[in-house]
Amino acid sequence: MTDWLDTIVQGVLLGGLYALFAAGLSLIFGIMRLVNLAHGDLIVLAAFVILSAMTVLGVDLLTALLIAMPIMFGIGFALQHFVLNRTIGRDILPPLLVTFGLSIIVQNALLQGFSADSRRLSGGAWETASISLGHGLVIGAMPLLTLISAVLVILGLNVLFYKTSIGRAFRATSDDPETAQLMGIDNRRIFSLAMGVAMMVVAIAALYLGVRANFDPTIGPARLLYAFEAVIIGGLGSLWGTLAGGVIIGLAQTVGAKINPEWQILAGHVAFLVVLIVQPRGLFPRAID
Amino acid sequence: MQSHTRLGPKATTATSLAASAAKAAGGGYRVETASGTPRTVKLVGCSIVLLFVLLPMLATRGLLQELIFVFYMLSLAQFWNLLAGYAGLVSVGQQAFVGLGGYLLFALSNMAGLDPLLAIVIAGLVAGLCALPTALVVFRLRGAYFAIGTWVVAEVYRLVFAQIKQLGGGTGTSLSVSAANGIVGIDWVKALFDVKTSAARDIIIYWAALALSIGTVMLVYLVLRSRHGLALAAIRDSESAAESLGVDNFKVKLWVYMITAVGSGMIGALIYLHNARISPDSAFSVLDWTANVIFIVVIGGIGTMEGPIVGVLIFYLLQTYLANFGTWYLILLGTLAIGVMLFAPRGIWGYISARYGLVLFPIRRRLGVRTDSG
Repeated sequence: MTDWLDTIVQGVLLGGLYALFAAGLSLIFGIMRLVNLAHGDLIVLAAFVILSAMTVLGVDLLTALLIAMPIMFGIGFALQHFVLNRTIGRDILPPLLVTFGLSIIVQNALLQGFSADSRRLSGGAWETASISLGHGLVIGAMPLLTLISAVLVILGLNVLFYKTSIGRAFRATSDDPETAQLMGIDNRRIFSLAMGVAMMVVAIAALYLGVRANFDPTIGPARLLYAFEAVIIGGLGSLWGTLAGGVIIGLAQTVGAKINPEWQILAGHVAFLVVLIVQPRGLFPRAID
Repeated sequence: MQSHTRLGPKATTATSLAASAAKAAGGGYRVETASGTPRTVKLVGCSIVLLFVLLPMLATRGLLQELIFVFYMLSLAQFWNLLAGYAGLVSVGQQAFVGLGGYLLFALSNMAGLDPLLAIVIAGLVAGLCALPTALVVFRLRGAYFAIGTWVVAEVYRLVFAQIKQLGGGTGTSLSVSAANGIVGIDWVKALFDVKTSAARDIIIYWAALALSIGTVMLVYLVLRSRHGLALAAIRDSESAAESLGVDNFKVKLWVYMITAVGSGMIGALIYLHNARISPDSAFSVLDWTANVIFIVVIGGIGTMEGPIVGVLIFYLLQTYLANFGTWYLILLGTLAIGVMLFAPRGIWGYISARYGLVLFPIRRRLGVRTDSG
């Protein structure tokens, strides 16, 4: 019994990681209806940025994250400004194919720069710290921190969306780009800012990715799929839905792994397909698309 | 839709043509597919095909193997182009059917002892059947979500096949020697060309690959020239307009998706008959069977039949001369595809045909004023 309780708790905590992967994707979709196929590879890129900051500058994990976040903001802003803004339109083909090409480029550039070796970010004492809840139930500090971060990030994004003027511009552009433009909003600049913000979230996700497991340049696409599944399960355009979606994928994976270790990933995908069949618009749909 | 700007005036006319076609019976207009294939193009095409059929008499084994690669990449590119360029189904999961075909070939010839060439056909048909339930799930997603959805499904296929111990599980398996060399007609080829078994095997696979790619090109050509092709063009331009004119979008898309799965399954079976070794990671590789194929179509020119042919030639040249550079080669390929998508979205063939008015496969429809009595 404790066994299963443990599995479920671990699953929910793992869901926090997937929600972090998905938050950036969800944000970008919500504002500009762009599906970024390079999202997973950009998470891995951010992990390498953090790793480089730690090894080159010799700083600790948290400082490395604080260095990586503005760098990722810059990368996101530039990417949107110079490349992706040219693809935004009613035709879905250009953004899809351009981000798909980008995924291949980022992956191979990382392979070129960092080789295919597995890496890990060192979290010091945090890595092994844990909290005992009694009845043999133990929660790792890092997984718990991941879930808390996911909740905080989504809270923060909601505050940004609903309490600030830039958030109002985000929502206006999302609702009706043409009218927003008439009101003096520069859509393209808004899109670039949004991508920058999404990449800062990606940097946070990358920290937990790197501390909790090994990573190498090729694992990006799999993270994209988990993130995408979380977004679709949660319902397009709903950040809290995305958190729920992440938790469902995390739960499905740990339960699957409990039955047979080889079924972990498969169970997550199957859960996604089941939700798609039963509830095609996701659990908490907001946007119509 | 944006396709108006991407594909120019011909796109705007497709839906209205569908409407005119309905009226044509009573009105003074008729819709024609541009013209028949020009006689010179037909002649040159037939000569090239004949040359390829007879090539094993002259060519080295190395050249044949490279041509096998070109032929199956061309077929995959034609099918992906039909899906994405015409039916608006941008799939990133075609590796699902390539891998499925490959694995079915191994199951049918290793385990059931079927002749590999027969197994290729059955593998294609079974892949097509598997496409039906797959479509019912992924068709719930639209546009970009459909793309990632197909990718998820391909991953599911990969993970499931990695679980089947009889087919080698996660590490894969090899084609048994009796199955590999038991292709029908191999003795005849050995005697005809006076070659060893392995070379004779390559020659048969070469012919099969040639037949598949010619079959693919002809199939896509006939589909696009048929009334279903008109329906496809209408869907590409405006789904709602097509629907309102009586096109059953779902049915048309489902058919295209299934035909493509049959084709991709057969190509996959052929690829792994040639490789004689299969593993889940290679058979369901998104890079090999989808990314490269997308690059071929985009660089050559999406939404044209000539584009994939041009694209595969460029891809072959790049691969031959640059593949040794490994990661740099893929970075270059990705950059090239992005550059084409941003600055020349109709690809190399789009540029050529706009500039010189060249058309090898006349699939466009034109509205002509009726001059005859009807």
